[in-house]
Amino acid sequence: MIPAPFAYARPTTVDEALQAIADGGEDVKILAGGQSLIPVMRLRLAAPETVVDLDRVDELRGVREDGDALVIGAMTTHADVLHDPLIGQYAPLIAQATETVADRQVRRRGTFGGALAHADPAGDLPSVALALDAEFVIAGPNGRRTVPAADFFVDYLTTALEEGELLVEIRVPKLAGQWGMRYEKFNRVAQAWSIVAVAAAVRREDGHIAEARIGLTNMGPTPLRARATEAALAGAEASAEAIAAAARSAAEGTSPSSDLNGQADYREHLAQVLTRRAVSAAAGL
Amino acid sequence: MTVTEEPQAASGTDTAPQKEIGQARRRKEDARLITGRTTWTDNMVLPGMLHMAVLRSPVAHGRITALDVTAAKEAPNVVAVYTGRDLAEEQGSIPCAWPVTPDMVNPGHPSIAVDQVNHVGEAVAIVIGRSRSAAADALELIDVDYEPLPVVLDMEEAIAEGAPLVHDSTESNRSYHFVFDAGEAGTGSDTEQAFADAEVVVSRRFVQQRLIPAFMEPRSVVVQPQGDNYTMWSATQIPHILRVMAAMVTGIPEHKLRVVAPDVGGGFGGKLQVNPEEILALLVARRLGKPIKWTETRSESLMTAHHGRDQIQYVDVAADREGNVKGLRVRLLADMGAYLRLITPGVPALGAFMFPGIYKFGAYRFECDGIFTNKVPTDAYRGAGRPEATFAVERIMDELAVELGMDPLELRRKNWINADEFPFTTVAGLAYDSGDYETATQEALRLLGYDELREEQRRRRESNDPVQLGIGFSTFTEMCGLAPSRVLGSLSFGAGGWEHASIRMLPTGKVEVVTGSTPHGQGHETAWSQLVADSLGVPFEDVEVLHGDTAIASRGLDTYGSRSLVVGGSAVVKAADKVIAKARKIAAHLLEASEDDLEFSGGKFSVRGTPGASLGIQEIALAIFAAHDYPEGIEPSIDAEATFDPENFSFPHGTHICAMEVDTETGFVKIRKYACVDDVGTIVNPLIVEGQVHGGLAQGIAQALYEEAVYDADGNLTTGTFVDYLLPSAADLPHFDTGNTVHEAPGNPIGAKGVGEAGCIASTPAVVNAALDAVRHLGVADIRMPLTPERVWRAVHAGGDGGDRAPDRTNAQAVDSAQAPAAGSQGGVQ
Ligand SMILES: Cc1cc2nc3c(=O)[nH]c(=O)nc-3n(C[C@H](O)[C@H](O)[C@H](O)COP(=O)(O)OP(=O)(O)OC[C@H]3O[C@@H](n4cnc5c(N)ncnc54)[C@H](O)[C@@H]3O)c2cc1C
Repeated sequence: MIPAPFAYARPTTVDEALQAIADGGEDVKILAGGQSLIPVMRLRLAAPETVVDLDRVDELRGVREDGDALVIGAMTTHADVLHDPLIGQYAPLIAQATETVADRQVRRRGTFGGALAHADPAGDLPSVALALDAEFVIAGPNGRRTVPAADFFVDYLTTALEEGELLVEIRVPKLAGQWGMRYEKFNRVAQAWSIVAVAAAVRREDGHIAEARIGLTNMGPTPLRARATEAALAGAEASAEAIAAAARSAAEGTSPSSDLNGQADYREHLAQVLTRRAVSAAAGL
Repeated sequence: MTVTEEPQAASGTDTAPQKEIGQARRRKEDARLITGRTTWTDNMVLPGMLHMAVLRSPVAHGRITALDVTAAKEAPNVVAVYTGRDLAEEQGSIPCAWPVTPDMVNPGHPSIAVDQVNHVGEAVAIVIGRSRSAAADALELIDVDYEPLPVVLDMEEAIAEGAPLVHDSTESNRSYHFVFDAGEAGTGSDTEQAFADAEVVVSRRFVQQRLIPAFMEPRSVVVQPQGDNYTMWSATQIPHILRVMAAMVTGIPEHKLRVVAPDVGGGFGGKLQVNPEEILALLVARRLGKPIKWTETRSESLMTAHHGRDQIQYVDVAADREGNVKGLRVRLLADMGAYLRLITPGVPALGAFMFPGIYKFGAYRFECDGIFTNKVPTDAYRGAGRPEATFAVERIMDELAVELGMDPLELRRKNWINADEFPFTTVAGLAYDSGDYETATQEALRLLGYDELREEQRRRRESNDPVQLGIGFSTFTEMCGLAPSRVLGSLSFGAGGWEHASIRMLPTGKVEVVTGSTPHGQGHETAWSQLVADSLGVPFEDVEVLHGDTAIASRGLDTYGSRSLVVGGSAVVKAADKVIAKARKIAAHLLEASEDDLEFSGGKFSVRGTPGASLGIQEIALAIFAAHDYPEGIEPSIDAEATFDPENFSFPHGTHICAMEVDTETGFVKIRKYACVDDVGTIVNPLIVEGQVHGGLAQGIAQALYEEAVYDADGNLTTGTFVDYLLPSAADLPHFDTGNTVHEAPGNPIGAKGVGEAGCIASTPAVVNAALDAVRHLGVADIRMPLTPERVWRAVHAGGDGGDRAPDRTNAQAVDSAQAPAAGSQGGVQ
């Protein structure tokens, strides 16, 4: 379909972008890769007054190191994330999940920041950001603030981003020690969204699991941590039996929806199976 | 641009001229089709062209109580707005060309609703704007009030006593009741008796879910008025049929209407239609005297282009304990949707004759109810009736095998037609032309590596592996080459099944072939060029194939039902024969020889016994263009045309075997290996044949595993985008091991049987049989298509067939008999 008419701004710096957002009127939408926003506009489910396109804001692109953290610019495309050596080294979980996002064309345009700001419960990157304890750097009319992942995802398609604000970059702690990571995605066809997915990062020490971080995709209106399983795994033996036992509580505290791809109980079951598989793989079993 | 190498022919000596037929020529049309630098209808821009946008009903069933278009009329760049009332007098009815029974009820199908809407997506108003976006914007300014009527979605509820009616004008939601009884037709014995005498009866209920053809190029139409003449470009499979029908619907005289199907990007039966929007564009062009364009969005396409399948099948098979099948009984409920479109009612009737498959049933009875519901109409979709029939028989054969404790392949072998029994007249009265099921099966088993996989299956079962393996068969046949015109007449079809071709020999020796079989992606240009290159002995590159424009290809019946090569290609060959016959007279004259002494080979006439005396057909084309010297009493032309009407259908067959992994923990199914050996008769181009098989397999597998059009309780299409209507991509499909046996079709000069639908017809039951074979030992007797992971998981863990999807739960209760042991089963082995 054809989007309703809108005004269009194409700033080249974050400051200009903030100004354009402030000047844009009642309903302003930020355009990153457009892979979620444009379909919604074409279906006329959104009809913003102004679209502020970040495509030319170069300072928002790229991955760099900053001490103990990786800093990923909001406008870094999925394709660039996939091939980034720093991410490959310090956060391979992000690359693994990104590789399952849609297809080449979409990954070429869609952005890391756009996917997180969109906060689709079936999106693959929010649970990864949550599992990695990422931090979100947000710029607004009153300067910058940093929000931890646990506070960033507020509800279905809703984040801590306020009107007039812009997601600038995402800081991902470099994980120290022996970490293994695995993203287990379950969908019906290769290029589809997750029915359920599990992001696992596991630190092993002397045949034991010292620490496990588990993010759940599409198990509720926001990404979730499988806290009960994480607790059961902390200090557990790195054995198939121990992991299987811990994974049984993976769906605790979740509230998955029911839709064409699965009823809630099926999703809860999948969360357990996928958690077991993801943790086992991350633990090198 | 990529340079493509021509693969070398597999055989052929150095001296003999290389035959084109059998060569894996790369398709000459592909570069322009793939790059899109071609005449897709939506690429067309005409001076002064206006754009049409359609306001569609958001309710499935309701009366229009108010419709206000004032604001839309005043919107910027809007030229006109029309409602159903504005066009009621002139819009006629979308035609239905297949009244399958004399008393079939057809309530008529307005292109735009006047008082009442009967499915979501039905047109209620159209805006004509100077740009596409102006027209789309103005749609939002139209106000419509609907008084809701009860929505009829479930077929079994629709024909229950006291059910609300889709159409006030009808007495029930049943459009027709069609019966074929072999006993009455004299092609079989009494069915009831066969069942009464049977030692074993197995009964099942299968659901053929609703599918969406999902062609790649959306539908698009441009109409240009010129005085009282009209040219319509449309992304259609059927320009010839569309021209006749549009003339009849609108009253525009046929000779004043030219229809052009330029390059068309797929159809799968979905563009075998006379669309409401085509008629509306024509009506508006007539009113305004300006060119009108309409191109649908993907959402409109999924919601309003006709759907396919949607049948409930009650199938009973009767057999003795040794596994000899005796009788087959089929009761079908076929969802017509809200209206009868071009061949809506005929699709199940087309399948009626194929339920017996390749087996020697003694008795057969088929009954079908065509039922109205508040959904978009169904109509042709790749295979049209035959995939449904093949599914039913290939599934029930497996069920019978289980009941008898027999190997499913042994049961098939015991009952199929043997190679020495062709031609064989089946219990449905069809004369199967040729084939050899055993040889195809042996080859398919070899390609699959059957024994090793069976061994692995055993191992996985024994070790209780979470991933189980199953193997499923489909030994299928189909009727193709639609069709003998007299047979179509006997089935009350509104047209014939012949095809037409003409050949124009240009002065420089180049050849124009005009075919009436309009392609929409099949590769006719390449295959027809190969046919003509061999027939006339001219280079492949010297042949151009013209099609799709009723002003150029005056006669034709277009492309569907795997008919193009069988019928259309045969017409081309017949026309080439006539060209040669005409050229022979001129050659004899110019070579001063008797016609009887002339030999035609490799494009040359030569005089027997006179070495060196020869004349090429391309030289003759120039000579007859000049026409300075030609025999008395003949016309100065070697151009010719031919119409071919086959006397029988052709019957491709094949053995498809699927090996399937089922993850019992998640329900995820994954095809491990797929092997098939198809007999499609003579293979003109192996590359095209393989391409057709691959595409067909993808579609048939997709029915088994991925695709389903789901409506919610209010009649909204839940699967309204490709996020929810799942199409597989290459990443989801296995490598296909394909092979062929060749038994020429005796009914046409090429010996071809048709390949367009084979993969799609054959594969679905093989896939489902394979999945069931993997988990039957866990207590699963059936799983409803598509085999979503959730359904498989539920079937494995809770028994049952996995039920319906969530929004459709109400229907799930009806799915019961599938897993119940055969009602009325009188025998049965353990
Ligand atoms: C066919 C298809 C399949 C897909 N499959 C998957 C999949 O399997 N898994 C998956 O995770 N995703 C999938 N996606 C979504 C894809 O990952 C998108 O790229 C992503 O969701 C949005 O990123 P974008 O850059 O395109 O953002 P846009 O569409 O441009 O924006 C999305 C939303 O975020 C807001 N926004 C964007 N950037 C900022 C910013 N810097 N600050 C504040 N707000 C911002 C926008 O205003 C908008 O509301 C798919 C998309 C398509 C089209």
